[in-house]
Amino acid sequence: MTCPVPEPREAEDLSDLARSLRRPRALFSWAMSVLTGMMTIAALVPLLSVLYLLITRGGKQLGLAAFTELPPAALAPGGGFGNAVVGTLVMVAIAAAISVPSGILAAIFIAEFGPDTRTAQVVQFCAKVLTGLPSILAGVFAYAAVVMLTGGFSAPAGGVALAVLMLPTVLLTAEESIKRVPPKMREAAIGMGATPTQVVLRVVLPTALPGVSTGVMLAVARAAGETAPLLFTALFSDYWISRSAPVFLPKTMGDLMKPTASLAVLIYNFSGSPFDNQIELAWAAALVLVAIVLVVNIGGRMLARRSVGP
Amino acid sequence: MGRIAQIRSAASPGPVVSAGRAEPVDSISRPPSAADVATDRLFRAATRLMAWAAVALVFYVVWDIAQQAVPAMREYGAGFLVGTTWDANKQQFGILPAIVGTLYTSFLGLAIGSAFGIAIAIFLSEGFLASGLDAVLKALGLSDRPGWMSLPGWVEDFLKTTVELLAAVPSVVYGLWGIFVVIPLVRAPANWLNVHFGWLPFFDTPLSGPGILPASLVLAIMVLPTISAVSRDALVEVPPKLREAAFGLGATRWEAILAVILPTASTGILGAVILGFGRALGETMALAMLAGNANVISWSMFSPANTLAALLANHFPEAGSVEVGALMYAALVLLAITLAVNVAGTAIVTRADAALKGLR
Repeated sequence: MTCPVPEPREAEDLSDLARSLRRPRALFSWAMSVLTGMMTIAALVPLLSVLYLLITRGGKQLGLAAFTELPPAALAPGGGFGNAVVGTLVMVAIAAAISVPSGILAAIFIAEFGPDTRTAQVVQFCAKVLTGLPSILAGVFAYAAVVMLTGGFSAPAGGVALAVLMLPTVLLTAEESIKRVPPKMREAAIGMGATPTQVVLRVVLPTALPGVSTGVMLAVARAAGETAPLLFTALFSDYWISRSAPVFLPKTMGDLMKPTASLAVLIYNFSGSPFDNQIELAWAAALVLVAIVLVVNIGGRMLARRSVGP
Repeated sequence: MGRIAQIRSAASPGPVVSAGRAEPVDSISRPPSAADVATDRLFRAATRLMAWAAVALVFYVVWDIAQQAVPAMREYGAGFLVGTTWDANKQQFGILPAIVGTLYTSFLGLAIGSAFGIAIAIFLSEGFLASGLDAVLKALGLSDRPGWMSLPGWVEDFLKTTVELLAAVPSVVYGLWGIFVVIPLVRAPANWLNVHFGWLPFFDTPLSGPGILPASLVLAIMVLPTISAVSRDALVEVPPKLREAAFGLGATRWEAILAVILPTASTGILGAVILGFGRALGETMALAMLAGNANVISWSMFSPANTLAALLANHFPEAGSVEVGALMYAALVLLAITLAVNVAGTAIVTRADAALKGLR
């Protein structure tokens, strides 16, 4: 019995194994890579196109007058959208005043006091469902809950609609960042005899603050740009909220209960206008709105980079 | 004051140490005061209350809209869902064209958005930039410079953020952009298709202005960030050993992606597409501005159409009380569709995460 001796292998053509674009397999792989790369770059074109048009078309009209004057009538020249800027700020402030405290408190409960309980799961699931709520339905809800109750379109009605949209973002990001606070910080505080509330307020929340603020800023950025929920809750107005006194004084609260202008609704109304001046103002308003939204959004993201790691 | 002085004297080391024995000192620790305990109880109750308030809000939203829709449901019944006219003067209300238009624009937008979204997710998760840069550096003979290697990660982060910023631009701004950029841009090719391929039902009307195609294109841009972000999460979660095993067997990069990585991440990607679908169904402003607000049912993607959300946006501000009832019914239909889609999407993404945990 002799063992079979392997044949010498020099004769075989090893160039078979070399990678070459002439082979269909390698060529296919290369082509798909190029295709994906090109699709990724193509997806950036809309953003660049939007920004380019906003700056060139919107920038033309943008002056001090845009922020201090009222929307022009059909054929009138000039004008601005000062009341819409104020209206957007007021309604986003109302929405934030409602959604930020309640969102953070709920997040503290599901991340800190009752994690892994049935309640936490239900709350989390409901918040995720709310994330997917179409913004127009938040408007329908606010219409039924506030406008029908108070008998008219108003800034608080718009604020409630925006608050429904902000709540899940605030809640879910706050929960995430509270959960990322290292357990040893909590344990140190407990070891020093702090009550659970003191642990949360003095140690956990300050540590999670960058992440929580990120969520708040992302929610604010989203709310500021929303149009659909405001269409039939705040409607629109060609006038200032109050011409006599600042909005935060109680005696002018009555003025808040009237239809209120917002940048987003102004853009929508003027986009279909047959008059050039109004269309140009819509572009200028869009530039201001996108600038606000992107600055707040990017600011929030930069805060997130500074938050503590796991 | 007295207490602090006491603590200071107890803490000062001098006499205690010199005495050389453990002197009993007043402890500064104390049980939480009654006020502390009360605050704690109150605060915990407040957080529990707010957590349940978030749950209650979901039910309240559903209940509130349903309750407003009840009179219209009694009056119009199921015929509302298949009626084709919406005329407030004759009090005839039907939302079939809006339902069809919602599904048509959403599917078309979703198809385009998914193709790009998944391509982006693959591009940003499979290290294309790193290997591409490597090849370029090798060709230039610079491959021994380690300083370059942080560049691909940086570019990937930048691209990821930029794609996410697509979602930050308000939809009304996309609508404005669509009116002045997308519609003029697609009009010529659309009409060419209509002239030459008009026998296909998809192209059998000319595009005069607003229509399904421009609306769907803008919709695709708006769902793209959702799809790419969620599918990228799914792709990154694929265990590296699967990828390495495929490469070890001699697969090319795309053979590994198509045969191993995509199938493994498919549940997560499906969830991403369904979540994107949920977004597309509820998207309002871009469609109200670009779809044409016409109660038409047509196969043609150049025909004007209507969607449920656009119907609400266009008719609600000026509606009388009868029409508001009908609109509430339409809102309830939209709510039911989006809730079902979102619950399915969330459940699938959660299940995909759990399944991948088993693989690791």
